[in-house]
Amino acid sequence: MIEQELSRCVAAWCPGATGVTGAAKLSGGASQETWSFDIMHPAGPIGAILRRAPQGFGAAPGRAAGLEAEATLMQLAYDAGLPSPRVLHVLKPEEGLGRGFVMARVEGETIARKILRDEEFVKVRPLLARQLGKVAAGIHGLPRAKLPALREMNAATEIAQLEHEYRSFDWPRPVFELALRWLAAHDPGPPPEVTLVHGDFRHGNLIIGADGVRAVLDWEIAHLGDPMEDLGWICVNSWRFGEIDKPVGGFGAREELFAGYAEAGRRADPARVKFFEVMGTLRWGVMCCGMMQRFRTSPDHSMERAMIGRRASETEIDLLRLLASRGD
Amino acid sequence: MQDEPTPIELTKAVADFLRNEITPVIKGHSAFKLRVAINILDLVTRQLTLAEGSDDAEAARLAGLLGRSGSLFELNQELAERIANGEVDLATPGLAVHLWQTTLAKLAVDQPNYASYKREVGRDGG
Repeated sequence: MIEQELSRCVAAWCPGATGVTGAAKLSGGASQETWSFDIMHPAGPIGAILRRAPQGFGAAPGRAAGLEAEATLMQLAYDAGLPSPRVLHVLKPEEGLGRGFVMARVEGETIARKILRDEEFVKVRPLLARQLGKVAAGIHGLPRAKLPALREMNAATEIAQLEHEYRSFDWPRPVFELALRWLAAHDPGPPPEVTLVHGDFRHGNLIIGADGVRAVLDWEIAHLGDPMEDLGWICVNSWRFGEIDKPVGGFGAREELFAGYAEAGRRADPARVKFFEVMGTLRWGVMCCGMMQRFRTSPDHSMERAMIGRRASETEIDLLRLLASRGD
Repeated sequence: MQDEPTPIELTKAVADFLRNEITPVIKGHSAFKLRVAINILDLVTRQLTLAEGSDDAEAARLAGLLGRSGSLFELNQELAERIANGEVDLATPGLAVHLWQTTLAKLAVDQPNYASYKREVGRDGG
């Protein structure tokens, strides 16, 4: 049935399209879905992705930038020559598909364990830390004047938000308390330059091929803030998938990330990056605790959510390694 | 007194059955969920095996640090408060050791294959 709606929709903006086929839901939360499908066309099929909030779901909650903003950011990134899918169409209310957009499907891998272990990526792996630095610099360099409306965050507002969320769980975690104290004491203050921050620049949101980064996805929590936040987040140990001596997503050293960043004309601030690595580690820990809450309160009793709840302790050991180190 | 087999033996028996006899005949998304289910049972088995000893040791350390007794939840709540208001920090004798030991005990149950855990346990000669 979604194929019929998509066919009608596609006919309006894709000249020559004769319909769609192979629609498959890739992921679906309560308020957001991702579908893959092919547009049938005399010149050959066009791979496409639909990202939408089904009808009945209004504005996205809390931290989300909104699907229209996501579409604008992806297109800006594409136009700037960054690895990003081309946006094909932004949904209109009369199309009956809800809110969201259609983008070109980019082939490649997003699963960290495959990217970090499979033979296919053996040549590109050592290059990726530097390449990610370049991509991040490109994102941070997108012109402010062209950006959609986004909330602005700084270290202090982010600490307050994390603390609020952690306290709402009402479950004592001395290591999280220690991290909150450390963050408050080491708040680097406003950044020299406020830029676009992707907000979730890490494995899972990067499509990678044998030739390197092909696309940055999921601009859902993009905001304005300190660009060092993105560099700190990608160094969080949770995204190293066992390669703990290679801080940048299990690929390489921070210095390589910073070198790529510099190559693209921007300077990294290692002290700020470390601050945001600590904050990011705590953030993932708080998110794990949130999963435990959702497991307990939502009717589907998801085993995956339950187990993610039990991963908060991973961030506690990583926080101790950062703040009370016993050696590398 | 409840009879035998113990909860540890029962949970382990179910996990082994699912692992050895059901895993080979299940495919697709159900296979993924089965793996999660087995991981949960393994975690429960580890907790049933280890938690009593590690909880006692944690309570003893907390009593020493805080100078009072109470339930593990109450003691952790008080330690959390004292860290939050700055009364206790990493310069406080015993705090770092306590947090390390408590966290290692959690990881031993939650995720003994986590690379950071293996590195830190190796440091202790474990």
